Amino acid sequence: MGVKLYGHPMSSCTVRVMACLYEKGVEFELVPVNMFAGEQKMPDFLAKNPFGKIPVLEDGDLTIFESRAITEYISKKYHAPATDDLLRSDSPEESIAVRVWVEVESHHFQPAMSPIIFQHFVAPLQGKAPDQAIIDDHLAKLAGVLDVYEARLGKTKYLAGDFFSLADLHHFPYMFYLMKTPWAAAVTDRPRVKAWWEGMCGREAFKKVAEGMKFEK
Amino acid sequence: MVVKVYGPDYASPKRVLVCLIEKGVEFETVGVDLFKGEHKAPEYLELQPFGSLPVVQDGDYTLFESRAIIRYYAEKYKDQGTELLGKTVEERGLVEQWLEVEAQNFHPPIFDLVLKVVIGPLRGLTPDPKQLKESEDKLCQVLDIYEERLSKSKYLAGNFFSLADLSHLPFTQYLVGKIGKEYLIRDRKHVSGWWDDISSRPSWKKVLELWPGLY
Repeated sequence: MGVKLYGHPMSSCTVRVMACLYEKGVEFELVPVNMFAGEQKMPDFLAKNPFGKIPVLEDGDLTIFESRAITEYISKKYHAPATDDLLRSDSPEESIAVRVWVEVESHHFQPAMSPIIFQHFVAPLQGKAPDQAIIDDHLAKLAGVLDVYEARLGKTKYLAGDFFSLADLHHFPYMFYLMKTPWAAAVTDRPRVKAWWEGMCGREAFKKVAEGMKFEK
Repeated sequence: MVVKVYGPDYASPKRVLVCLIEKGVEFETVGVDLFKGEHKAPEYLELQPFGSLPVVQDGDYTLFESRAIIRYYAEKYKDQGTELLGKTVEERGLVEQWLEVEAQNFHPPIFDLVLKVVIGPLRGLTPDPKQLKESEDKLCQVLDIYEERLSKSKYLAGNFFSLADLSHLPFTQYLVGKIGKEYLIRDRKHVSGWWDDISSRPSWKKVLELWPGLY
């Protein structure tokens, strides 16, 4: 029985996990969950994730949800030689930096980004007008976060150090969508953030997931 | 050189304190006064560019983000003190899952309640009852899922205490105390039993005794 990922190719959290699976070369089957039909709130799915959210990964007897828990699990279980280790477990200094910047994405970048993406892409699909006040408020927060990133990337090539890691990978879905909004200048106005992003876009794993990332029903 | 933990009077640093005590790691603390704005001082921002608490200094390393710090020490000291990460890769996966649940689902509404009910009044602010109700409702939805989970499993990740349970201690302590919503825990039989279990651990009792903070 292979790895199954329940999710949707346009969902940010599903993309986070798919990018990780591609990076680690793990074969998997994507089982589509029809979010527009509310499939994630139905009993069969709630049995997998009681929070009714995608994605969920099944690997043998293990069922695991929360995208950043899944990527951590994949990175640990499908541990390649040290050069490919997204967690940099063999170096205390590097692994500390990965853990710290994974949390930075989770607690600073994502909370600033997710309302912007929701208002711009998802609200219209639900027949609602985007709330510009929410967007503006969060763009201001995002600016603060990206200023920290700009300073950080002046010292290191990637967020955790001079190596690509899970911390960078976790940013991929929201960064991809940000670049498709009218506010991409938040990135392009910051030369180091821009170079970091463009470097990541060249990764094979990212090119593969990008193909499915279109906000349409 | 001993591990230094900044900001012990506040909730997020207490995640680190209780973890270090569980692992039997020596540390000292450095006070940071949020009300005087010490977390926004240039010297602090050199350590933690977002101006949040905690920061840990460990020899040449500086760490921030409490859940990064507890994961690091739980791994580094895997062979001493309480096992906090489960025994297998699969158990570790479930610990990570419930730690993410705490961070993404439990933390936002409870943090909002702490800011509005505990911190806000100290700055002369009055909470909006409508916003409080929204956060309470969100928290209830999460606690209902916990109730179901804890009816089948002694702790969140399985029948073993882990970082996932530990991570809930600091902010839930406010919920049953100053926020005045202990009923949210007590109305749920399994959540109540779980809370009594984890909050009576000697490590947490020591944290409450030595760094009572705003509790």
